[in-house]
Order: sequence, then C-alpha cells, then structure tokens
Amino acid sequence: MTINMTLIGQMIAFAIFLWFCMKYVWPPITKALEERQQRIRDGLEEADRARAELSQANEQAEETLRESREEAARILEKARTRANQMIEDARDDARVEGERMIANARSEIDSEVQRAKEELRAQVATLAVQGAERILESSIDEKKHREMVDRLAAEL
Amino acid sequence: MAGETTSSTYYITHHLQNLTFGLHPEHGWSFAHSLEEARQMGFWAIHVDTMGWSIATGLLFLWLFRHLGKTATTGVPSGIQNALEMVFEFCEGIVRTSFHGQSRLIGPLALTLFCWIFFMNALKWLPIDLFPQIFARFGVDYMRIVPTSDPNVTLGLGFAVFGLIIFYSIRNKGLGGFAKEMAFTPFNHWSLVPFNLLLELVVLCVKPISLGLRLFGNIFAGEVIFIMIALLPFWIMWVLDVPWLIFHILIIVLQAFIFAVLSVVYLNAAFEEH
Repeated sequence: MTINMTLIGQMIAFAIFLWFCMKYVWPPITKALEERQQRIRDGLEEADRARAELSQANEQAEETLRESREEAARILEKARTRANQMIEDARDDARVEGERMIANARSEIDSEVQRAKEELRAQVATLAVQGAERILESSIDEKKHREMVDRLAAEL
Repeated sequence: MAGETTSSTYYITHHLQNLTFGLHPEHGWSFAHSLEEARQMGFWAIHVDTMGWSIATGLLFLWLFRHLGKTATTGVPSGIQNALEMVFEFCEGIVRTSFHGQSRLIGPLALTLFCWIFFMNALKWLPIDLFPQIFARFGVDYMRIVPTSDPNVTLGLGFAVFGLIIFYSIRNKGLGGFAKEMAFTPFNHWSLVPFNLLLELVVLCVKPISLGLRLFGNIFAGEVIFIMIALLPFWIMWVLDVPWLIFHILIIVLQAFIFAVLSVVYLNAAFEEH
C-alpha cells in the first residue's frame, strides 16, 4: 500500500505502451477501417449508378418496343391496303380481259357470219346459174350470163 | 475466537501485501518477507507482481490490436476482428465527441488507457485465491494480481496524463499563455491574480490525483469485499460472490471508460484556447 518506485515504473511502462500504440497499432487499424469505408462508399455509389443505368435501359427498351409496335402496325396497314389494291387491280384486269374476250368472240362471230355469207353468196350464184341452165335447157353464153348472175349475187 | 480473528486479519493483510523487491536497510536489495520489511524499504522498492501483471496485460492489449491491425481486411470483418473493431471504434467515438483539436496522440491514448485499464481490472474476475496459491507452491509468499488495486499504478497513470496535460498546454499556448491562463481565470482582474493562481493550481493538481484515486478506490474496495466474502464458509459464498461479480462486470468497464474519457477531456482543455 505504499507509494514507491512502482509508480515511476508504471509511468515508464505507460509511456512505452502509448508510444507503441501510436506508432504500430493505431495507424494500420485506422487505415484498414478507412479503406473499408471507402470500399463501402464506392459500392453504394456503384449500386446507385447501376440502378440509374437500369432504369435508363428499361426506358430505352420501352421506347424501342413502342416504336417497333408502331412500325408493325404501320407495315400491317400498308400490307392490308396493298392487298386490297391488288384485289381491286385483279378485278379490273379480269373485267377488262373478259370484255376483250367477249369483243374478240363477237368479232370472230361477225367474221364467221361474213364468211358464211360470202360462201353462201358464191354457192347461190352457182346454184342459180345451174338452176337457170336447167330451166332453159339451152346453151347460154356462159360468159355473158355469168357476169349478169354475179351482179345479181352481189345484190343479194 | 481470538485465534480466528488473528487468522482472518492475517488472511486479509496477506492478500493486500504486494510482492516487493527493494533496498532494505539491513538486507540490501532483496524481496521483502514481511509487511514490516516492505515498509522499511520505503521508496526504493518495486512491486514485482504489480509490474509483472500490468506489463503482461499491456502486452496482451498491444498484441491483440497489433494483430488486428495486421490482419484487418477491408472486406467483411468476422469474429474476434469484429469485437476488437467495436472496441476501437468505441475509443474513436470517445475522442470524436470529447476532443476537438488535431492530434495524433489522443486516439492511441484513449485506446491504450481504456483497453489497458480494462484488462488490468478484468484480472479481478479471476478467483481471489487462485494465483496466490499457485505462486505459494513455487515459494512466492505474496501475489496481488490486480494491478489497478495498487495506488502506484493508478496514480502513475494519473501523473502520466498530468505530464501530457502540462506538456501540451505549454506547447499549444506557450509558457506565457499557459501562465496567463493560470493567473487570469476565472477572474480577469490583476488584483485577483494570487487567488486565481491558487485556485487554478489546485484544480490542475487535483486532476491526476482524482483520476488515480477514483480508479484505485473502486477496484481496491471491490477487492477487499471479495477477500471478505472469501472468509465466509464455502457453501454460502456464492450468495454474495455472484451478485458482486456481476456488479463488477459494470465497474470494470465503467472505471476504464471514465479514466479514458476524463483523460481525453482534460487534454482537450490543454489544446483549447480560452
């Protein structure tokens, strides 16, 4: 219980411990903790940035999706009008073709009729001459009467 | 009855006697074999047990935190590292809240004081007779293992802090500034200079003594109570022993904390201009 040299020894021990703590203990721990703080701060900042980027990317995707949807709608609309157009065209073509075919047929029929008329006319002339020959039973100057009969046939 | 009283007295005084090595007027440099011999040695003696245990706990503290400093990873801390970092940040918190100057000394000072005093106090958790009995087998008569129940330790720490207060006061304010502060506070008038000086000197000198005696008083009183409890019959001991031990979980940490905080506060005053 007496005060003695222990007091001085204790002061010296304390001074040494304090010096050692100041020199070799405190700085590395502070450094490590500060580094960890820095890392955590960096990590949080990184997370914030990533979150911002993510929302931006989402917006962009949304935008792209909307655009492509609009594009698809536009293409579809175009295709529909085009199909209608094609049907309309085809219908027109078909009508024109049909009309042309009808006209062709009509003109063919006309020419056919004409030809039949011609043939009939030629045959009628011959038949008339033959008939007349038979009726008259006389020789008629064929050349002379032929001309006459031809004129007659033309008048038919 | 008389015999029992003397044996109790002997038990108590024996437990409160340090292992002393010193210059005895008759035997020269030697270990004291009795209270009487220790007393005759006077100032030129050293408490070997106190020094040994305090240095051992100090080294334990330095080793633990040196180890932490070396292995501290910047990643996720775990286990013992986490616990030590908590203590470290606790001491850093003391400094941040109580100290407003710039100094590389204050942080390590708070950590050293808090942890060292805590470890020294914590030796009180060990059974009171364990180490004296072990050492008695090796022929060592006296062994007090709690260094902070020795006023030499607590006052030594107090005076060390006092020395730092004086050193930093003079370094930051200059000798003149320090003297002026002593002479003109609290009353800023030349006629009251002697009164101020007296008051400030008392205030200054009370700081280390109050620091040392508060710690010593708490720990010493606790130890005496433990010794008294140890005198009871063994089957009833736990009734008083257990609550007292649980109470000391608080005392041990609290006294270490108070010593560290007050030292930081005193040093803050040494750094601050008035």
